[in-house]
Amino acid sequence: MDLGLLIPQMLEATLVTLKVFFLTLLFSLPLGLIVAFGRMSRCWLIRIPVQIYLLVMRGTPLILQLLFVYFGPYYLFGLNYDRFVAAIIAFTLNYAAYFAEIYRSGIESIPKGQYEAAKVLGLTSSQTFFRIILPQVIKRILPPMGNEFMTLVKDTALAQTIGVMELFRLAQNAQSRAFSTVPIVIAGIFYLVLNYIVEQCFHLMEKRLSYYR
Amino acid sequence: MSIIKVTGLAKSFGEVEVLRDISFSVEKGEVLSIIGPSGSGKSTLLRCVNQLEQADKGRIEVCGMTLCEPAGPNGVCRYVSKKEQRAIQLKVGLVFQSFNLFPHLSILQNVIEAPMRVMKMDRKQATERAMELLGKMSLADKANAYPYQLSGGQAQRVSITRALAMNPEVLFFDEPTSALDPELTGEVLKVIRDLAAMHMTMVIVTHEMSFARDVSDRIIFMDQGSIQAEGTPQQIFSQSDNTRMMAFLGKLSDR
Repeated sequence: MDLGLLIPQMLEATLVTLKVFFLTLLFSLPLGLIVAFGRMSRCWLIRIPVQIYLLVMRGTPLILQLLFVYFGPYYLFGLNYDRFVAAIIAFTLNYAAYFAEIYRSGIESIPKGQYEAAKVLGLTSSQTFFRIILPQVIKRILPPMGNEFMTLVKDTALAQTIGVMELFRLAQNAQSRAFSTVPIVIAGIFYLVLNYIVEQCFHLMEKRLSYYR
Repeated sequence: MSIIKVTGLAKSFGEVEVLRDISFSVEKGEVLSIIGPSGSGKSTLLRCVNQLEQADKGRIEVCGMTLCEPAGPNGVCRYVSKKEQRAIQLKVGLVFQSFNLFPHLSILQNVIEAPMRVMKMDRKQATERAMELLGKMSLADKANAYPYQLSGGQAQRVSITRALAMNPEVLFFDEPTSALDPELTGEVLKVIRDLAAMHMTMVIVTHEMSFARDVSDRIIFMDQGSIQAEGTPQQIFSQSDNTRMMAFLGKLSDR
């Protein structure tokens, strides 16, 4: 086996993995916040559909959702589209559900007095949310968010089920070509390094937000 | 013109009638204390005037502006538009029992946040004013501290400063010293006394009877959701023939 050839290939596949990771975050982090508001809505016409969405997304395997998002439109409407786009859509929908519940736990943990103090000072609801509530929510949800981010790094491997050529798929192919476990061990190290970086980023953010209690 | 005028105010939480037929007014420069046992509706009354609760019935006027007025056959309240509600909100300030400072903001940021965002003051001007107010409260050296680093007395003085920074016409206090030990209570009461000496219009819900007697121009005694007695401290503490109130005050002096 030629490691000099394998490593550059794996680095290239890691770029795909990273693209899935960052694009999923880019879309699911804001979407999750909107979903969280829908889940907390007093209007049942909004709340009930959101609850069903949360149940489906959290209650079925991500791998199944990937297959459905990619093949569903083909079997239903004969629609064929990019597998990478399909992967991003599926990951975004799935992760937004988990993020929404984490946001909600954070938002609901902020004492009512914070809203009341902001209101009597004349702050608008959006000023209250973005200036007073959200900064405190972010501090509280960092640990569970760290979990989700690290899980997402590993879940990107599922994108290979609809044929996205990412790190895991490449390692698997190399493994069967070379009859060797070395490629998947290397892939494992790659994932570990990525998650080490994620962990350190969260550690740093927690430290930066530890200036208040 | 009265700063606050409340007429026939009623409020229920479900089946429980918390306020019934409350009428009172507050004149400019006056200090009004509201006393009474827990659960008598004092805090709810304050919260209605400060728009943290919605009144069911009656009329609330602040600085001549109507917040809500009876409409319809059985006197159910109709509130003015959101825009008018906000304009009225800016006339009043409220100091909470539990301070409710913003923990992620420094003391200075706590004080300048609303002047900057709501009154659109620029940072320099807001900071100057805030530092002046903090200086008067002997808190200038805490400007860059965070709320968790303060004692309860300091925290409550910051929350008074934060309310004053918005230049309210009237300042409400909802049991401002109930979360404090006697020593810290003293420093907060001193600040309120100083404000009274400067003729700040204030409405104070308190269990500090001797303080209420010293600082108030007028006292209202509430029980079971209605006003039982109203008068000067002298009238309330010496000449009242209200047995319920005498029992309440008597119990307090027994301790």
